[in-house]
Amino acid sequence: MDATGATTSSADGGGSNSKASAKKNSRKPKYSRFTQQELPACKPVLTPGLVIATFTIIGVVFIPLGLVSLSASEHVVEIVDRYDDSCVPPNYSNDKLKFIQDADTNKSCIRILPVPKLMKKPIYIYYQLDNYYQNHRRYVKSRSDKQLRSKSAANDISDCTPEDKTKNGPIIPCGLVAWSLFNDTYGFSLDSKTIRVNKHDIAWKSDKDHKFGNDVYPKNFQSQGLIGGAKLNSSLPLSKQEDLMVWMRTAALPTFRKLYGKIDEDLPANKKIQVLIQNNYNTYSFGGKKKLVLSTTSWIGGKNDFLGIAYIVVGGLCLFLAVFFILLYVIKPRPLGDPSYLSWNRTPSGQPN
Amino acid sequence: MAGARRRKQQFSRIHAFSCGKASFKGDHSLIGGPGFSRVIYCNDPECFEASLRNYCDNYVRSTKYTLATFFPKSLFEQFKRAANFYFLICAILAFTPLSPYSAVSNVLPLVVVIGATMGKEAIEDWRRYKQDIEVNNREVKMHQGDGVFEHTKWMDLKVGDIVKVEKDEFFPADLILLSSSYEEAICYVETMNLDGETNLKLKQAPDATSSLNEDSSFQNFKAIIRCEDPNANLYSFVGSLELGNEQHPLSPQQLLLRGSKLRNTDYIYGVVIFTGRDTKVVQNSTEPPSKRSKVEKRMDKIVYFLFAVLVVLSIIGSIFFGIETREDLENGRMTRWYLRPDDTTIYYNPKRAAVAAILQFLTALMLYSYLIPISLYVSIEIVKVLQSIFINQDLHMYYEEADKPARARTSNLNEELGQVDTILSDKTGTLTCNSMEFIKCSIAGTSYGHGITEVERALAWRKGSPMAQEVAEVGDQVKEIKEEKPSVKGFNFVDERIMNGNWLNEPHADVIQKFLRLLAICHTAIPEVDEETGRISYEAESPDEAAFVVAAKELGFEFYERTQTSISLYEFDLSGKKVERSYNLLNILEFSSSRKRMSVILRNEEGKLLLLCKGADSVMFERLAKNGQEFVEKTKEHIEEYADAGLRTLVLAYREIDEEEYVEFNEKFTEAKNVVSADREEMIEEVAEKIERDLILLGATAVEDKLQNGVPECIDKLAQAGIKIWVLTGDKMETAINIGFACSLLRQGMKQVVINSETPENKALEKAGDKTATAVAYKASVLQQISEGKQLLISSNENSEAVALIVDGKSLTYALEDDVKDSFLELAIGCASVICCRSSPKQKALVTRLVKTKTGSTTLAIGDGANDVGMLQEADIGVGISGVEGMQAVMSSDIAIAQFRYLERLLLVHGHWCYRRISSMICYFFYKNIAFGFTLFFYEIYASFSGQAVYNDWFLSLYNVFFTSLPVIALGVFDQDVSSRLCLKFPLLYQEGIQNVLFSWLRILAWVFNGVLSATIIFFFCIQAMKYQAFRKGGEVSDLEVLGATMYTCVVWVVNCQMALSITYFTYIQHLFIWGGIILWYIFLMAYGAMDPDISTTAYEVFIEACAPAGSYWLLTLLVLIASLLPYFAYSAIQIRFFPMYHQMIQWIRSDGQSDDPEYCNMVRQRSIRHTTVGYTARFEAKSKSSKERGEDNR
Repeated sequence: MDATGATTSSADGGGSNSKASAKKNSRKPKYSRFTQQELPACKPVLTPGLVIATFTIIGVVFIPLGLVSLSASEHVVEIVDRYDDSCVPPNYSNDKLKFIQDADTNKSCIRILPVPKLMKKPIYIYYQLDNYYQNHRRYVKSRSDKQLRSKSAANDISDCTPEDKTKNGPIIPCGLVAWSLFNDTYGFSLDSKTIRVNKHDIAWKSDKDHKFGNDVYPKNFQSQGLIGGAKLNSSLPLSKQEDLMVWMRTAALPTFRKLYGKIDEDLPANKKIQVLIQNNYNTYSFGGKKKLVLSTTSWIGGKNDFLGIAYIVVGGLCLFLAVFFILLYVIKPRPLGDPSYLSWNRTPSGQPN
Repeated sequence: MAGARRRKQQFSRIHAFSCGKASFKGDHSLIGGPGFSRVIYCNDPECFEASLRNYCDNYVRSTKYTLATFFPKSLFEQFKRAANFYFLICAILAFTPLSPYSAVSNVLPLVVVIGATMGKEAIEDWRRYKQDIEVNNREVKMHQGDGVFEHTKWMDLKVGDIVKVEKDEFFPADLILLSSSYEEAICYVETMNLDGETNLKLKQAPDATSSLNEDSSFQNFKAIIRCEDPNANLYSFVGSLELGNEQHPLSPQQLLLRGSKLRNTDYIYGVVIFTGRDTKVVQNSTEPPSKRSKVEKRMDKIVYFLFAVLVVLSIIGSIFFGIETREDLENGRMTRWYLRPDDTTIYYNPKRAAVAAILQFLTALMLYSYLIPISLYVSIEIVKVLQSIFINQDLHMYYEEADKPARARTSNLNEELGQVDTILSDKTGTLTCNSMEFIKCSIAGTSYGHGITEVERALAWRKGSPMAQEVAEVGDQVKEIKEEKPSVKGFNFVDERIMNGNWLNEPHADVIQKFLRLLAICHTAIPEVDEETGRISYEAESPDEAAFVVAAKELGFEFYERTQTSISLYEFDLSGKKVERSYNLLNILEFSSSRKRMSVILRNEEGKLLLLCKGADSVMFERLAKNGQEFVEKTKEHIEEYADAGLRTLVLAYREIDEEEYVEFNEKFTEAKNVVSADREEMIEEVAEKIERDLILLGATAVEDKLQNGVPECIDKLAQAGIKIWVLTGDKMETAINIGFACSLLRQGMKQVVINSETPENKALEKAGDKTATAVAYKASVLQQISEGKQLLISSNENSEAVALIVDGKSLTYALEDDVKDSFLELAIGCASVICCRSSPKQKALVTRLVKTKTGSTTLAIGDGANDVGMLQEADIGVGISGVEGMQAVMSSDIAIAQFRYLERLLLVHGHWCYRRISSMICYFFYKNIAFGFTLFFYEIYASFSGQAVYNDWFLSLYNVFFTSLPVIALGVFDQDVSSRLCLKFPLLYQEGIQNVLFSWLRILAWVFNGVLSATIIFFFCIQAMKYQAFRKGGEVSDLEVLGATMYTCVVWVVNCQMALSITYFTYIQHLFIWGGIILWYIFLMAYGAMDPDISTTAYEVFIEACAPAGSYWLLTLLVLIASLLPYFAYSAIQIRFFPMYHQMIQWIRSDGQSDDPEYCNMVRQRSIRHTTVGYTARFEAKSKSSKERGEDNR
């Protein structure tokens, strides 16, 4: 009826522009499935079948995965020995701090560790610290990656205060992280035969190759004032100081282990290992524990049942839910084609108006 | 309608040009004084005096920024947003040691986000700039001196220039009319861009200059115009023209406004008096109020809520940090000696732990800033722009005839379209096409015309639907009628009985002849003969008048000439010959709303005096002569039938007058006309009243105020969706009611509450002239009518009857007063439909504001004329119809569509989708950021709240802009709960928006909770699985870098898969974005890890070397992913099955494959729709009910 605007025979002067616009390019939108929002699409609806199938599949996949993980974890043999308390002589037991801070006390300590099961090589030696905030922002930031990497950046110490420089120049490596390097040492012997501790390849390869320079040598390190932790062999470049590299990969959590070394021989079951510990590191002032850990690994890593158990629990839960939904649909089916479900008034959000 | 009255006056000048010359009245004495200081040197804009005045140029600017102000201004705009300002502060603080991350990584996202928004602003402004250029470079003929006129650009016009505007051109500035191609120096002007009125306005130049109607006559023309200063008042103008030594007054009658158009006049000459921003139209344009949707307002609240969470977390963190820092020194002994608390900066100083804690608070504010989605605003803007593109591109909203697609002019309000509760609609041009079609008539008791109206068509369509079989009788005859497109505008009459001269064979041929002749004579239209084709077109004051003349012409009575005293027709005489006859026109008794009729008195060629009269049935039947009532019963029946079909009826009658009576009448009439006093009109009325009596009935006409295509269907759908529809019209009450019937807002049997001030008592009071007393009386009567209406409402609620409210403009004035409006609104809300007639533009806006503020619901105003502008701007959403009435409404609207019926798709489909998309998008945004932010917070518990982030700096900053943003945008742009077809099939789905179920606080909090839950699962599972033991075969333990990368992987997986779970429409785009986002993370991790350690810092080779080879990393990812999504999945499985929301029910229907089963769908729809009271569905139901009852009674 609006087309009649084109006829001129009659009244009303309104519709003369329709002709003019016809000559111009039409502004008609181009058809495409995209612009018309008609793209082919998958429109999933959580039908009972889909829900039950999903839960069942998850359950069926997860439980075996959990069992495998759990068994992997179970196969790991782990010896944990807390020595911070017992390695303090009884006469210092009331003032452990004094013991640890006194340079003259004898810090040696012998621990006997029974081997519960055969430990296959390689056996990893860790020290575990507790309540130690390597992830404190001040601590994490207190380092100079540039200085660690290249000789030329020796003076890049702006982040390292207060362990940045001495009268003799910048400290290499600077910062609190390096300064507080862990300095307990362990010697192992089995049946009074020394077990060789392999301290090679305990750091990440990327650290050795890229992050710690092979032309950067320790300098002015632990040379004055308060001594934090271990000293470094100033004749070795940083790229060879694997203990330092391990230490400087800051831990994520206040309880952490760090790799000390490896034992490249099997330890038979029911034997006792003798460990000679130099208990130098001060965890007493902040009440942290120190533990020595010997552990084998499996494909999943060290001993931790969490993954396995979690998988089993989640998988079990899914199976349970699958059963639950099956029952729900059987007991309280929504009859197909019953539109009473489809009344707006039934929705929980209530009646309009 | 005020416009109609004005129209009347102007057209009356067609017959009596003598009136209307203003004399120097009070106003003109103001000239030269303050506010009236403008002096224009006509035809001499370069002269010295003129240059002193320094008036602005004619360049009109609509851009927001200039090149110079763009940066400062738009930056300022950006940072006015609280969230952006916060991020700016964070970015600045990032350069201090307080920062937990590197400055660059923090600034970059902000730069990206702000840059994107500013880019959008710039593009939009550039478009406006191009529009400006187009307008300012239009050309007009300007006097160059020596009587030569040449084309000049609009922007180069200066005050004082003489311009020549030709037919159908726009006026380039405000002009004073000097002369025109007509001898009387009149011109016709179309002002619809200004006030929305389609009728032509007549303007006339001052006598003094009217002879200057040639180019050459301006060679030496000099004059000075003194007038008022620029102001916004369109209807007033005071000035004087000094020509030689004579002063001539200037009034609005000589003023041609920029934005209006010259019509029916070959050319005019005018002098420029206001240019550029001084023009009235620019002065009138106010900055459109910037509107924000309710969803966005609520979103702001959530942002503030998250701010609060952020501050609380920061305070908690800083308190713990303070305590732990203080304990670093115990009696002077260091506890955590490795932190060197003895030699530290202020940030960690145990001796001043409080200060450290406060500073730490700032750090924490920055660290937890990831709770607030920085990219939220920009993402929403991007999404909305894309959504608008979809609206613009929708083929279903493209109007072929006018080549007009829908256009979303602001993208701010897309989701608001899904929440509209009340539609306030203009009538003319919005519901109707503003064209009248002669469709039926009843002559001598016989009804002619087979045309069917929209209403009938709608009912017939209903009948065709499978559930409507019972009411077959309604549309029996309708079906048989072939639909014939009318070939002539205004004429849709099909009846072979009287067409093509066949009327001669009808029983009452003489009556038919008189009837048609009356149609051809009794009007005020003027014919216009097209010189080329010889065809005649008519310029009528109203479209229905034009329809009559056209109908008469089509039926053989062609009106072709009008002079001051005569009307000439070609007509058929009773023998069937075509003859030319001329009638001597003696008097015109004009139409007025109180008389409701018009008459002409004429002398025919035989010398007989005739009075031809047409008018509303209410006034006509009582004026019939005793012997003129032959067909009354039949005619009344037909009129009722027509009215129910939504037609506008008029009764036609005539009378022969004897000479004496006429002489007597003419004397009195002339006397009354010459009286110069306030009650002139009444005197004329009184005189006319006396002669318009003893009429002989001829018949009745039925004119369809043509509804736009599909309006009844659209209204019906909208009503089913639960949207209330109010009609606010400037038209008179009868017309409005007619249209109400036509589009099924009213129906027979609906109780009508009419609030009308035009009662006789009130009139009497007004006559008495006591204004205060009148006002008091008016108000009292309005109040009384409101309370009566309420009573009726209560009683009819009990009977579940629908009530309609009809208010006229005057009553509305009182009803909108502060003390009345609440009870008025209460009444109005209770009514099924509300029609406000005779409302002024301001009242329309006031009503809109009343509804908006008092009910708090979302209002949508739709209109097409400039008189709707106020309403469009006031409403939450203004929809402009880009119809024939110019662009004013469109320019001030938020969304422009070409036809009312597109509103259905705009609201039910696009509105619903956009609402759903935006609200799920926002919810999801908060979810993903909370999930991320809380892992950061949880980690702080294990890092003594020192502010160390668990993730690498760049992981942090790219989270929002990189790994998780695209899927959300895809959600916001593409997601569909149900297809458009089903949206329209189940209109009640729209209630989800009105009730805001998808963005209720409960739902938002549920998502927040889900976020916290996900964060908890991710974090604790990760730290449990990767605590201190070796995490891979090589015996390596996880450190900060590994844990960070692992946890981040889990977050990316979880939030992306959560997205996959919560969307319901997977196109390849969603697949690409979701899975792409995850893959992108791994790619990024590898690429970033491969960079030099100086750049990648802690991420160096972390994936390649540490994570990827570790089985536990992958196992953990899978575990966390499933465990985090499990609660949501289980919840939605239960919810969708046992407590489905409406859209989910429809999804069920679809997935059960029942959506194609029409029976089933109808059943569902019937069950699910609520009882609607308006729309033709309701009308149909009411009708079938009553017919059933009738049937039972008969039995």
